[in-house]
Amino acid sequence: MDKNEALFKYALRLGDNGLILGHRLSEWCSKGPFLEEDLALSNMALDLIGRSQAMLNYAATVEGKGRTDDDLAFKRAERQFLNNLLHEQPNGDFAHTMIRQLFNSAFELFFFEELAKSKDETFAGVAAKTVKEVKYHLRHASEWIPRLGEGTEESHARTQKAIDNLWTYTGELFEMDEVDQVLIKEGIAVDMSALKSKWEKQVRSVIEGATLKLPAGGFMQTGSRKGLHSEHLGFLLAEMQYLPRAYPDAKW
Amino acid sequence: MGFLSEIPDPEIPVITIKELGILQGVVQNADGCIVSITPTYTGCPAMKAIEDDVKKMLHEKGIEKVSVKLLYSPAWTTDWISDEAKEKLRVYGIAPPAKITADKGALLGKPKILACPRCNSSNVEMISQFGSTACKALYKCLDCKEPFDYFKCI
Repeated sequence: MDKNEALFKYALRLGDNGLILGHRLSEWCSKGPFLEEDLALSNMALDLIGRSQAMLNYAATVEGKGRTDDDLAFKRAERQFLNNLLHEQPNGDFAHTMIRQLFNSAFELFFFEELAKSKDETFAGVAAKTVKEVKYHLRHASEWIPRLGEGTEESHARTQKAIDNLWTYTGELFEMDEVDQVLIKEGIAVDMSALKSKWEKQVRSVIEGATLKLPAGGFMQTGSRKGLHSEHLGFLLAEMQYLPRAYPDAKW
Repeated sequence: MGFLSEIPDPEIPVITIKELGILQGVVQNADGCIVSITPTYTGCPAMKAIEDDVKKMLHEKGIEKVSVKLLYSPAWTTDWISDEAKEKLRVYGIAPPAKITADKGALLGKPKILACPRCNSSNVEMISQFGSTACKALYKCLDCKEPFDYFKCI
């Protein structure tokens, strides 16, 4: 794999992560438990989609085949998406959404802090900006988990169930393949192996501080780096891509 | 190109895109000009409106070929908002960003010291970390009882 192909796939992975999780969070819009929370979830969706736009735009430029960020978002099929499995998991109840947010925001904070040191100016620039936004996302989730864990028996049980259900998707966050190897040599990509213990420490302190338990090890799902997804992504794309596919000439 | 500095922010019309630090630079050459802008937040939906405002103003001034470039680096910070602009925000009813840029304090949930833009009391309470736009949080004053927006420090 040459550097350009690796850059394209790396930008695509970052763009897809933002797009798919951003879309999931936007599904809460007008359905939040109360107005302020509705705004919070929609605000975070915007951050993720904005970041995705920057990354897909960069992917399109690197690829140099005349595709745009919109083409990449709306005209690729499921197997061509490289987002993590965690990001496409359904919102479920509020506990599932918040645990997914905690797992991902803690990961993103440590990841983008490292990516901000990348030799690639576009990645470094977007990463530095993202770090500021993700701090708010992590704080938001970290404030909800204790309320859910220590709220009622029902909220405790549901949150523990969310942790147990989503834990299996967290191993993949730290996976690396040839794309990473090529770019780490160039000083562009982040070495994920250095992030895992920091991440687990952060997540564990929030979860255990909320009288909840983190599972010990267990089977970890994998596949998204090769475009192999859970059954949920196809349904998400069917909804997200409907309009530009049904009306290819539609303009904003 | 000084007139570009006059364009108001579409969300907070009392301050201009120049005062907010969104307008980063203008390069003019023989056949047109390139305007650089930077988003406050990566997903700021006002960027399209700002781009349109910039193009419209330049077209009105007779400059036909205009391209607007989006810069992500250096990352926008509330530190770029001048003291005069902060005062305009306060008069408008938005508590301006506290002096120091957000640090890890945001993670630990340390309270920021800020004053109600109406009665200047610092007896205030946060209602929501996320407000009507990405750049604002929602507070209320416990003395005059008025709710108000706080321009988040990033």
